Amino acid sequence: MTESIFVENLAKHFEKVEAVAGISFSVEQGELFGFLGPNGAGKTTTINMLTGLARPNTGAIRIGGIDCTNNPRAAQHLVGVVPDESNLYPELTGFENLCFCAALYGMGKSERQASARELLDVFGLTGAAKRKFGGYSKGMKRKLTIAAGIIHRPSILFLDEPTTGIDVASARQLRQLVADLHRTGTTIFLTTHYIEEAERLCGRIAFIVSGRIVQIDSVENLVQPLKDKYVVRISFEGVQDDLRGRLSESFPDLDFENLGQGKIRVEADHPVPVGPLVRVLEDCGAEVSEARRMRPSLEDIFVRITGIEAGAMQKEKEKMGAGR
Amino acid sequence: MKYWIAFWNILAKDMRTYYLKPPNVSWGLIFPLAWTTMFFIKSGAGLESIITLIPGVVAVSILFGTTSMLAVTVTFEKKNRSFERLLLAPIPFELLMLAKTSGAILFGVANAFVPVVIAAFLADLSAVAWRVFVPAVIMIAVASTFLGLFIAVAVSEVFEAQTFSNFFRFPMIFLCGLFFPIEKLPVFLKPLSYALPLTYGADMLHGAVHGGHTMPFALDLALLTAFCVFLFVASLWNIKRRWIS
Ligand SMILES: Nc1ncnc2c1ncn2[C@@H]1O[C@H](COP(=O)(O)OP(=O)(O)OP(=O)(O)O)[C@@H](O)[C@H]1O
Ligand SMILES: [Mg+2]
Repeated sequence: MTESIFVENLAKHFEKVEAVAGISFSVEQGELFGFLGPNGAGKTTTINMLTGLARPNTGAIRIGGIDCTNNPRAAQHLVGVVPDESNLYPELTGFENLCFCAALYGMGKSERQASARELLDVFGLTGAAKRKFGGYSKGMKRKLTIAAGIIHRPSILFLDEPTTGIDVASARQLRQLVADLHRTGTTIFLTTHYIEEAERLCGRIAFIVSGRIVQIDSVENLVQPLKDKYVVRISFEGVQDDLRGRLSESFPDLDFENLGQGKIRVEADHPVPVGPLVRVLEDCGAEVSEARRMRPSLEDIFVRITGIEAGAMQKEKEKMGAGR
Repeated sequence: MKYWIAFWNILAKDMRTYYLKPPNVSWGLIFPLAWTTMFFIKSGAGLESIITLIPGVVAVSILFGTTSMLAVTVTFEKKNRSFERLLLAPIPFELLMLAKTSGAILFGVANAFVPVVIAAFLADLSAVAWRVFVPAVIMIAVASTFLGLFIAVAVSEVFEAQTFSNFFRFPMIFLCGLFFPIEKLPVFLKPLSYALPLTYGADMLHGAVHGGHTMPFALDLALLTAFCVFLFVASLWNIKRRWIS
């Protein structure tokens, strides 16, 4: 069997909320699988069910070939989890926290100390190794939580929004680490709201919205329909009205999408004539501040499938992240 | 072997971060001392009467020492989510909860010997049947710890755990024959006494210290064991139902 994660018809509700509404998917051994969705889509709930922290209402789960449907904790020796919130022990130091987590998986003393030192080094926390976790900054906490999730070298790793709340350089470093883990054969289940991150790292992606998987495919196949498209994004000021009607009249072979707040997205099967387009807009009284040719990306697909503006999703998250 | 590494480290971590902290150590010393003094002054008798107070003070020390700790080691860790780490660990659930409670059991046993050591300086303890006393202390510590666990997993806030355990602890001081014989209680309270584990532990302690017990030791032990098993199983069931829901 090469499936590391197998899920069939998994559902979970909390009183009135249908958090996960019957999802099915499987993740191959060694795959890096992305789980992408807006706030409250059911990502964390899914991870909790897969790792034995929550009991599904219906559905079947197999982790590493072990049937976990009735015994949610059966496969925990195979699994590492990095939760969405840092949950290590505030009164232990960084080093002690890592050693403790390794001990939970039965690692011997010299082995866990060596691994802890190595990971502290990888995450640039060696200087803070002897400081209490409670006194760490948010980003440092995040990094140590990730280190704690991989210290026992799990063959299946669940990462719940690993890069939320850490700086750009650390996020890049972390993505590198995830890619390395993937290369050495770890199966990775990654939830994120950074679409670009998912596109860069993941082999296959599932879009989840309101507890349902709306699309699941390889990144290549997902962007395929847009492969031969040309996309331009135009920002302008001074006009509140919807200009799409006027634009379609002048350019019947282009598709226009109103993104709101003075932004229009233009899509075509041939290169977009930006100059004439800007002139028409200016004739309508708009003051064009930017016109950008874009490579069609997963973000476009995400917006198209879910109807959710990706940038808006990201901003919401950052606000929440700041309050954590 | 692997399980025992986890078991030992969970226990050692709790010991270091909770039980061996100065406030807890001094609490373990002051509390039994205060009870001994209080009852000693109240009884107004000579120093030799201390021996009749030992069973009650020992039992109270264990009861308060153990139950108050579970609110922190379990309820608080659940609240700040670090308990999830333990729930994710690949060790049998029973072993995990034993690791989480054995610190409190040891703390309870240590608390019990504070009044004993004090009494050794003030009275003659040569007549104490240690072969009964020690098992009684251990079983009371286990039963009280599991009672604390039962409470700690039934609530979600630390203050609830504390309030809720006082609801059990204070009546137990008076209902379990620690300082006043159960026979002197009003008839309608007696069934309640026999529904509480501490009654049987106190009976053993009285028997061990001054020979005044009402039930066979074997029966006391058997009933205490039954209470322990029930409280542990019920707590586990509750965790599975509430925390892995
Ligand atoms: N313990 C709970 N009790 C009640 N409702 C819950 C609970 N956990 C999750 N929910 C609800 O289930 C839905 C899915 O939540 P979940 O945390 O899985 O979303 P998510 O995709 O992880 O969101 P985010 O991106 O914000 O982390 C939400 O509507 C949430 O309010
Ligand atoms: Mg989440």
